[in-house]
Amino acid sequence: MATPLDPHAAIATEAGGVAPAAPRGGGPGVLTTADGVPLAVALSRSRRRARRQALLLVLPLLLFVLVTFIVPIGQMLHRSVYNPGFAGNMPQVSAWFAANPQGADPDEAAFAALAADLTAAAEARTIGIVGTRMNYDVPGTRSLFTATGRKVRDGLEPPFRKALLDIDGDWASPELWAAMRNASRTYTSGFYLAALDRARDNDGNVVRAPEERRVYVMLFLRTFGLSALITALTFVLGFPVAHLLATLPLRKSNLLMILVLLPFWTSLLVRTSAWIVLLQQQGVINDLLVWLGVVADGARLPMIYNQTGTIIAMTHVLLPFMILPLYSVMRTINPSYVRAARSLGATSWTAFRRIYFPQTLPGLGAGALLVFILAVGYYITPALVGGSSGQLISNMIAMHMTETLNWSMAAALASLLLGGVLILYWVYDQLVGIDKLKLG
Amino acid sequence: MKFRTTIIVSTALAGALAGLSLPAMAQDKTVNVLDWGGAYGQSHQMAYNAPFQEKTGARVVVTDADNPATPIKAMVEAGNVTADVASVEYADAVRMCDEGLLEEIDASTLAPGADGTPAADDFIDGALTDCFVGTDVYSMVLAYDDSRFPDAKPATPADFFDLEKFPGKRTMRKGAKFNLELALLADGVPAADIYSTLETPEGVDRAFAKLDTIKDSVIWWEAGAQPPQLLADGEVSMAYAFNGRIFDAAMGEKKPFKIIWDGQIYEMEGWVMPKGAPNREAALEYIAFSTAPEQLAKAAEHISYGPPRASSASLVGNIAGTDQPMGPHLPTSPDNLAKGFASNLDFWVDHDGELSERFNAWLAG
Repeated sequence: MATPLDPHAAIATEAGGVAPAAPRGGGPGVLTTADGVPLAVALSRSRRRARRQALLLVLPLLLFVLVTFIVPIGQMLHRSVYNPGFAGNMPQVSAWFAANPQGADPDEAAFAALAADLTAAAEARTIGIVGTRMNYDVPGTRSLFTATGRKVRDGLEPPFRKALLDIDGDWASPELWAAMRNASRTYTSGFYLAALDRARDNDGNVVRAPEERRVYVMLFLRTFGLSALITALTFVLGFPVAHLLATLPLRKSNLLMILVLLPFWTSLLVRTSAWIVLLQQQGVINDLLVWLGVVADGARLPMIYNQTGTIIAMTHVLLPFMILPLYSVMRTINPSYVRAARSLGATSWTAFRRIYFPQTLPGLGAGALLVFILAVGYYITPALVGGSSGQLISNMIAMHMTETLNWSMAAALASLLLGGVLILYWVYDQLVGIDKLKLG
Repeated sequence: MKFRTTIIVSTALAGALAGLSLPAMAQDKTVNVLDWGGAYGQSHQMAYNAPFQEKTGARVVVTDADNPATPIKAMVEAGNVTADVASVEYADAVRMCDEGLLEEIDASTLAPGADGTPAADDFIDGALTDCFVGTDVYSMVLAYDDSRFPDAKPATPADFFDLEKFPGKRTMRKGAKFNLELALLADGVPAADIYSTLETPEGVDRAFAKLDTIKDSVIWWEAGAQPPQLLADGEVSMAYAFNGRIFDAAMGEKKPFKIIWDGQIYEMEGWVMPKGAPNREAALEYIAFSTAPEQLAKAAEHISYGPPRASSASLVGNIAGTDQPMGPHLPTSPDNLAKGFASNLDFWVDHDGELSERFNAWLAG
């Protein structure tokens, strides 16, 4: 603890010089306080108290972050690989899978285990949970489980293979058995595979999903692409505004600042709805264009319910997140640097490019990172104005949360999104350096 | 999951309030109802809750949720059930019943029909299951803005897909359910064969091929309030939407919207009892009271969702506050019922995930 640079250590050495012998207690050469406790112990005790007080001060925030942020995210990550819906309710057939290698044909023992589990699950009314879990992997099997469950409640007679196949021939399907084997593991990579448009075939190999169901990879790419485009647009639109705000006299710039902040204080839904009113085909802008004769009444421009609408509305909503950090950094740039460059013969473009712009980079980096990360997770605006071509991955996450109720799938998609953002953050740190980030 | 928090907080508040006021009011019976709110919740208030309180002296404490099925799952799993009765969609009722989240309800405890028919025979097919008692039937219908088609009026699902004869954009729900059925109907598949056709990959291809023909002219809606708004704005000339929303806009705001009952696809909502409901007896009494033919008929006067009981149909009077009969506006009126079919729950529970993915891939492609 006591390094040579530690001021307290220096004092202790000094004190040692003045009073070599301790009045009572402690051996020779050991410094003590007035009540006989060795100085080093007393010091570390008082420091520990200070640290404890500091910890108590940050404890509320720590607990808050832990409860509202780290635990939910941890749970989400966990849920994306953990689904006990099958194994928890079908213990015997899960045990059979564990005892028999991949590719083993289901024998009478397997069907007996399946029959016993189905009967128990039907009694406990958990068969719906099992069916729902299986339906994720083999669409159409939920009703197989629930319908069989209704029938086996009266009891099944061996041989079980024949008894189950009499209820429904699908029980012999190799695809179903391969899927049940996958589901019998409570920890699975299946949801991540599905989130990357992949699946396991009957032999356990990873293959691409059928073409008409591949949607997530494309949506991930679109989400990142659109977010980058929106970030670029907010930069192009926001940079001059921030510059104007930073260079105008304070009274005028404060007035302009209110114009930037006013929409920021307005509800997101109100702003999105306002864009609908403006951009729709019977909307204000189209009416104006038709009235001016720029477009014919029959050829009104489709500016909303598509990708264009998503880009326009999101750029507008996210613009303040670019302007504010840029503005606060620009305010601190000393105008004499540019003047000096000009007086040394630089053109105004060169002075801007080589002197002014590099000094705005910390603000630009902060703004770009803020806008990009917010855009990647945007949900309500694309949902309202996105139409079919403006959908983002967050809309799929919401769908799995609220409609298909496949929370593991939603968690896997969200985790991939989080991973993507973290990778980009790391790339940013490598290229620009996170210590250069400046919010003001 | 903001709405869930709202639910937990509001149920806690409602529970606390009920607990506080109980001794003061000296009432021993309380029923906690989890409902949808809005015009729908209002119809329950007028037709069920107020008369029930008057008749039995019990207190009915209503809590609203975006979808009452969501908090039930959380309540039962947490072992803290505060609701006695909840209004849920048919599909959710069957799913939760299979997952052991609901109490079973014995049909013999329900009120008999107006002519004494036992309840089990008086309710329409599918309105009674192990855990569910139907209260109303709503449907997805085609609707159009009358002022946009001065000459020929659209009348069938095929007309909805005919952009030349009936120009203008369309609006449809963003999802596979209902749209695939509509596409096959418009493509000439008889109603009875819709779901067996959709079971085959060729049938699904055929439905998507039909949707392809109008894909560029469709605005997809997500909230039920959007279709009447889009019709009113003139953004679309035809909509595929819930009948209650179109009816409200046509009646309440005097919009020239017309409903096409041909090809309507109807579904049901009704009461369920969460497993471990605190006031079982009172809840059963409430369910039996509210699903009696007169009460169901009275609710239908306040919202254009039809009663799922044969003997209720003739009891439905005028639209509340007017002198026009509600009967023809209900999905369950005999004329309308004959033109549509019931949504196949088993099919959608099995194929929802798969077809949703396919639909989204199609939408994005």
